[in-house]
Amino acid sequence: MTLRLPSAKASVVAAFVALGVAVVTGSLWSGRRAHADIKERSGETLTYVSPIEMLFSPDGKRLYVLCQGSDQVRVLDAVNYEPIKTISVGHIPRGFSFSPDGMRLFVANTWDDKISVIDTGTLEVVATWPVGAEPSNVVEDREGKHLFVANRISNDVAVLNAQTGEEEKRLAAGRGTSYITPSPDGSRLYVTHVYPNPAPQRAAPESEITVIDASRAVVIERIPLHSVAHSFHVAFSTDGRLGVAAGLHPKNLIPLAHLEHGGAFADTLTLFGADVGEKTIEVPLDELERYAARPFGVAIAPDKSHIYVTSGGSEIVTVIDVPRLMRFLRTHKPPFAQDLSASSNYVVARIAVGQDPRGIVFSGDGHNLLVANRLDDTISVIDTHSNRVASTIPLEGPKRLSVLRHGEQTFYTARYSFQGQIGCANCHIDSTFDGLTWDLEPDGFGRDIVDNKLLEDTKGTEPFKWNGGNPDMPTECGPRTEKYFWRSENYDDLTLTDLVVYIRSLPPRPNRWRLTTGELTPAQERGKAIFSRAADSFGKPIAETNRCSFCHSGPKGTSKKSFDVGTKRLTDNAGLFDTPQLTNIALTAPYLHDAAAATLEEIWTKFNPDDRHGRTNDLKKDELNDLIQYLRTR
Amino acid sequence: MKTKSTFALAAAALLVISAPLGNAASPSTPAPKSHTASTSTKVATARVAPPQVVARYRFENFTTANGLPDDHVYSVLVDGDRIWAGTDNGLGLYENGKWKTFGTKDGLAHRAVLSLALDKRTGDVWAGTMGGLSRISGGRIDTYTQLNSGLSNDVVYGVSVENENVWVATAAGASRLDLNTGEWSLYNERNTPMAEIWVYAVSATPTKVYYAVWGSGVLEYNQQTKVWDKYDDPDGENEMVLFKDQGLIHEITTSVSYVDKVLWVATYFGDSRYDGRYWHNFLIKDSGLPSNFTNVVKGVDANRAWFGTDKGLVYYDGVNWAVYRPSLTTGKPEMTVRDAQGRITQVPVTTAPSHHYILNIDFQGNDIWVATAKGLSHGILQQEK
Repeated sequence: MTLRLPSAKASVVAAFVALGVAVVTGSLWSGRRAHADIKERSGETLTYVSPIEMLFSPDGKRLYVLCQGSDQVRVLDAVNYEPIKTISVGHIPRGFSFSPDGMRLFVANTWDDKISVIDTGTLEVVATWPVGAEPSNVVEDREGKHLFVANRISNDVAVLNAQTGEEEKRLAAGRGTSYITPSPDGSRLYVTHVYPNPAPQRAAPESEITVIDASRAVVIERIPLHSVAHSFHVAFSTDGRLGVAAGLHPKNLIPLAHLEHGGAFADTLTLFGADVGEKTIEVPLDELERYAARPFGVAIAPDKSHIYVTSGGSEIVTVIDVPRLMRFLRTHKPPFAQDLSASSNYVVARIAVGQDPRGIVFSGDGHNLLVANRLDDTISVIDTHSNRVASTIPLEGPKRLSVLRHGEQTFYTARYSFQGQIGCANCHIDSTFDGLTWDLEPDGFGRDIVDNKLLEDTKGTEPFKWNGGNPDMPTECGPRTEKYFWRSENYDDLTLTDLVVYIRSLPPRPNRWRLTTGELTPAQERGKAIFSRAADSFGKPIAETNRCSFCHSGPKGTSKKSFDVGTKRLTDNAGLFDTPQLTNIALTAPYLHDAAAATLEEIWTKFNPDDRHGRTNDLKKDELNDLIQYLRTR
Repeated sequence: MKTKSTFALAAAALLVISAPLGNAASPSTPAPKSHTASTSTKVATARVAPPQVVARYRFENFTTANGLPDDHVYSVLVDGDRIWAGTDNGLGLYENGKWKTFGTKDGLAHRAVLSLALDKRTGDVWAGTMGGLSRISGGRIDTYTQLNSGLSNDVVYGVSVENENVWVATAAGASRLDLNTGEWSLYNERNTPMAEIWVYAVSATPTKVYYAVWGSGVLEYNQQTKVWDKYDDPDGENEMVLFKDQGLIHEITTSVSYVDKVLWVATYFGDSRYDGRYWHNFLIKDSGLPSNFTNVVKGVDANRAWFGTDKGLVYYDGVNWAVYRPSLTTGKPEMTVRDAQGRITQVPVTTAPSHHYILNIDFQGNDIWVATAKGLSHGILQQEK
């Protein structure tokens, strides 16, 4: 068993990031990774490969690597891993799959909302199809009739004509719909989502596996994932009797003050299928001092002997002995998702791999397991007999470690927290948000319950924290995080700087409510007028401080000042709240500082009785709808 | 009694009602094309009806005694082999011979389910309730209210799904939800010709959308031109009919059904059929309707329609009328037929809908499901021997 204990020792030499001057760092990453010899952190903006998923061709001769950072599919020889061809696809691809006949490879490109269709004979992109909002995964049915696309932003699965790409309909799925896995016989598709479904305030998160009948293209079942907030890949045993879903089980209903007892997250697998009966069973991967932070990719050995799980935060692959797991299930009564003594009954190895391991795939013979290490541009090849990394394949790309890259690595690793339990990305899924509320310690237990904010486009929106208590990002990410989140030694100054540079660099995702022409729809125009109006519907002047545009001023929709908008609860220490930026506000429900408003509408229909959150009670319902349509364009 | 039965049996040979539903039978004659009473009568009497089977049904009735959530059934929806019943106390699902009830604890917007619609593309069911709009999808219920969404009002009388649009009729205007964008569009007196905002029913298709507006006639939305139009009773809000077939029969509309480019309209004062050019109206005095008080109309095609009145379930095949109900006096099952010549015939039957007050109708192949004020009825088409 290979274990990794967190080590945050790093030597600091110099940092002139803005000037692009290379700096020298110490042994933070040394000894374990392909880039172990990197000593410089460049201020350049470098295009890294960032492999995130892999597939072997049906004939087993080629390995296809989906490279999120370079917007490419890399085609390698499956025997010696030598490059064959690099194919450019759309921006920030997240998922890909073969057609059942292997003749086409479909790639979901998240930022330009397109599917790239690659002819696997010529290795050329032969079609590019527009789809819904932030397509994250794509699967064709066995008959070649439909293409199913998981849309993260519109929370649905688009059903396309597999030959023309024309969208026929969309099936409602979970919030943040992202990953699709066919059953072994292809008759059903299992769809997971990365944000929790809407739930009452301060209720346990609820997620689902949306089950689609592939031939009828309709949802036939939703397998509940109680208490799971973020779910990722699903895998099946070859006999189809065991399904496994990787997920994050937050402990956000208790104060975040017990990290030493595993009090932040449970990293779990949810088991379902005939082998486990009618109900799902959630089993933990964690053990004291051996956490499996942010489970993502899952694979089950062809002989169903073992389950393999990548954990992006812990940078490991966890190996589970299936017979031992089944024995444990027979002899123990759930729930045990949060039981840190459980996993020792069935976890037989924790294999250290590269930075932010994601996709995982078996070689054709089942002897090797390949892991895509997204943040060091390598592929780990694991010998499944010995459970050791047999080799590490570097993908061609920049050899220098940039400040941004190091900041991103810092963001995604769990190494800085006590016993390596959590990282920034635990609550900021793929550098965004998590749709949850948390009870943080500094305000007192049960006090100041806060909604988690989106991280995109935060540059220039300081101060941070809902009470505006953190004047800048280094304070937000430095001492506060060290003391209240990590409960461990914090970053060295240079690493903190790199992390801050990375977070400040995060751009907003394309806004899907804006017209491509840049114009506003009539409803959005009307809403914009309401946003900045100086008189109410009765002609009475609205005080400047009570106009939407006063507090939500500037290009990012924040004056960066705190206001009392009448939303203070009995559990709040104060009624002044920092004005949140409006960037992609449509994506980040729930709303208000404590997530009391489930939707944008509720901000004003439920929580603004005295017009303290802007003058709105004079608005007719359609006018409020117009205002919301405009806000969605921000 | 004996005389009556004898008469009925003798008259049955004259019945010319075609099979009422689906494609099992085409109408015996073309629909009336005229827009005046006299022309209409002439067309009807001129027809020579071919021999057809009498559309008789065996009704199986459901009440709380056999699992229905509540006897007051506002709406019914056929979803393949599954039947959804919107009742005063929950949404019932009849599947594999058993009823299952969805209530507010399951996420339903309100216990009283007034309207139902099926998204045939996705299989999702939409339920309009007294407290909002709910979507039932793969067992999950999502609810939209006037507080948490752009829905104009929580009292949802009608719902209809067309492509990615969910069209809603509420007590305070009409709404449309675009499922792809999440955008709500509201339609009311400020942006349509709607004089009242009490919207009672909706029938949406990819080409036209029709709203029955209680007290404001029929509203039409052309999907291509995106222009609203309005159909009113030419006689205004008076209950007199100066000229038959001049236009919509009455302003107090309760139901619309647009099928094969023909609009069927129900009102509390008679019913109408509009083919895009001509109106044809139906009243007790000149049709087989047992009552002018009509809660619902559902067109089978351009020529055939079912009506739900306060005095029975009615089928019109373009020429002839049939009424199915428990007798208003004895409660015993009865079926009457009025032919093109206006002759009334009673047909002996042993079953009838569970109540004469009909609230909603849906089709299942050749069968019909009927929501009544006291129970849900399944009308099973009987093959004539």
